Amino acid sequence: MIRVVIAELRKLRRPTLLLGTIATVGGLSALFTSIIFLMIDSENGNGERGERISAAELSNSMGLVYGFKLVGVFLGIVALCIFASQTAQEYSLGTLRNLLVRQPSRMKLLAGKFIAMKIFALVMVLFAGALSVAISFALAGRAKVDTSSWSSSGAMQLLFENTLNIFISTLCFGALGMILGLLLRSPISAIAVGVLWSLILENILGALIKSTAKWLPGANFQNIGGGGSLDLSYKHSLAISALYLIVSGCLAAILFKRRDVAN
Amino acid sequence: MEKVAISATDLTKIYGERAALSHGNFVVPEGSICGFVGPNGSGKTTTIRMLLGLITPSGGTATVLGESISHPEKYLPQVGAMIEGPAFYPALSGRENLKVLAELGGFPLSRVDQLLEKVDLADRGGSKFKTYSLGMKQRLGIAAALLPNPNLLILDEPTNGLDPSGIQEVRGIIRDLADSGTTVFVSSHILSELEVICEYLVMLREGKVIFSGRTQELLSGQKPMIIAKPEYDVDLTNLAKTLGDSGFSVSIVDGSLQIDAAQEASATINRLAFESGITLASISVVLPTLEETFFEMTGDNK
Repeated sequence: MIRVVIAELRKLRRPTLLLGTIATVGGLSALFTSIIFLMIDSENGNGERGERISAAELSNSMGLVYGFKLVGVFLGIVALCIFASQTAQEYSLGTLRNLLVRQPSRMKLLAGKFIAMKIFALVMVLFAGALSVAISFALAGRAKVDTSSWSSSGAMQLLFENTLNIFISTLCFGALGMILGLLLRSPISAIAVGVLWSLILENILGALIKSTAKWLPGANFQNIGGGGSLDLSYKHSLAISALYLIVSGCLAAILFKRRDVAN
Repeated sequence: MEKVAISATDLTKIYGERAALSHGNFVVPEGSICGFVGPNGSGKTTTIRMLLGLITPSGGTATVLGESISHPEKYLPQVGAMIEGPAFYPALSGRENLKVLAELGGFPLSRVDQLLEKVDLADRGGSKFKTYSLGMKQRLGIAAALLPNPNLLILDEPTNGLDPSGIQEVRGIIRDLADSGTTVFVSSHILSELEVICEYLVMLREGKVIFSGRTQELLSGQKPMIIAKPEYDVDLTNLAKTLGDSGFSVSIVDGSLQIDAAQEASATINRLAFESGITLASISVVLPTLEETFFEMTGDNK
């Protein structure tokens, strides 16, 4: 399987994809982190959904990761798009047949592909986190935020926990993308369905029937990235997300294993 | 007994109510170059995909290099294949595309440059695949198929898009491989190409194997023809009448007479012409080409 991982990483590190992703992720990370510090006095708020985060709040150890947390859900969407396109393009380009001739074990191919994309997602999350932290330090002075507690062990632990949560959340979105890629076999369809569902349909459903939000995949993936919330516990989101991914992942894997490669 | 590289027994694939391949029986002897011919939609690609483990048969069995096709992992490391045209990642260079497959198959990366050299793509190996011409894409596909240094090479239309010199190069590559003991199973629409290089043929029509055996056996089973040309064109009609009166089936084509007869009849034809006071400028026996035989057998002469 290690051979599959290495081969997949070669595809993932192509300049257009790697630099494009880094630019997108870096741009999002810079944008959201900057908003928090540069719009600290704005009446429209500087946090998620118009929330106001004061200089005092930013001065505590959590201040270091506010920006990173905000960008978390978008990292998930980026991962969804990449995982979906990388999986579905094997069908649309016809390259799956080449891969299967060289690696006939379909489960190894699938697992190796997922591991390689996990590594890619980890790099993406670490880059976004590092950039957000760097921008936070750079803009803290201008926003009159005291950063002395940002280097405490508590802040480091928070940074680690948030990085881990965002990584898990990103993987959940990515796995959803991969499953959609396997089921729909078209990058455009897989990305469209995944993004529409996660960003639009779930929000509409959640607004119309409040109780559904607790059971929807996107909301739970997002909640993992945020480390849980008052409405939705972290453990609940982990359990629901795992259930969704295990059931749909098994279905997609069985289909992938049994389906004829006729294109 | 001849060793076989591929053996199919009642191999069948059914899509809905349509049989893409129905009870296909054929063998490809080890070390041979075997042509795989049939009109579009006759089931060639479906058969190749089943042999490569990409499609599960609806019935029957087959073995490749002595292993059942239900365990492709046992034989695919020794098989090179190009199926239905070259498919690669457009944003990667030709070299990178080959490296992906080399890494996947566990082949040394040094082989990539050797193969790019072999298919005359060394100077364009660093260009993105999407910038390649059809001929270059085809060459890259052949290079990818050669990555494992295969014991069996399966090529689906390898000369598509190649210019005459490219076709000649591919023919050379195939011959070299066969000389070194590699079995080559090649489908092509250019039947004159297959006639030149293939010792064996498998012919399909509407999902059924209508011939499997030596090319020579197929061609010699067809009716030969005698082409006679009188010294003067004005004698054509007279000669045709004379031969027709003697029971020969004759037609005039391009200033010559085509006579449905075996070689033994040459002397009789010559004598009849002489007795009629007609001198023949030439008389020769021709066997139908593979193309003519193919059209006759498949009924596809469009």
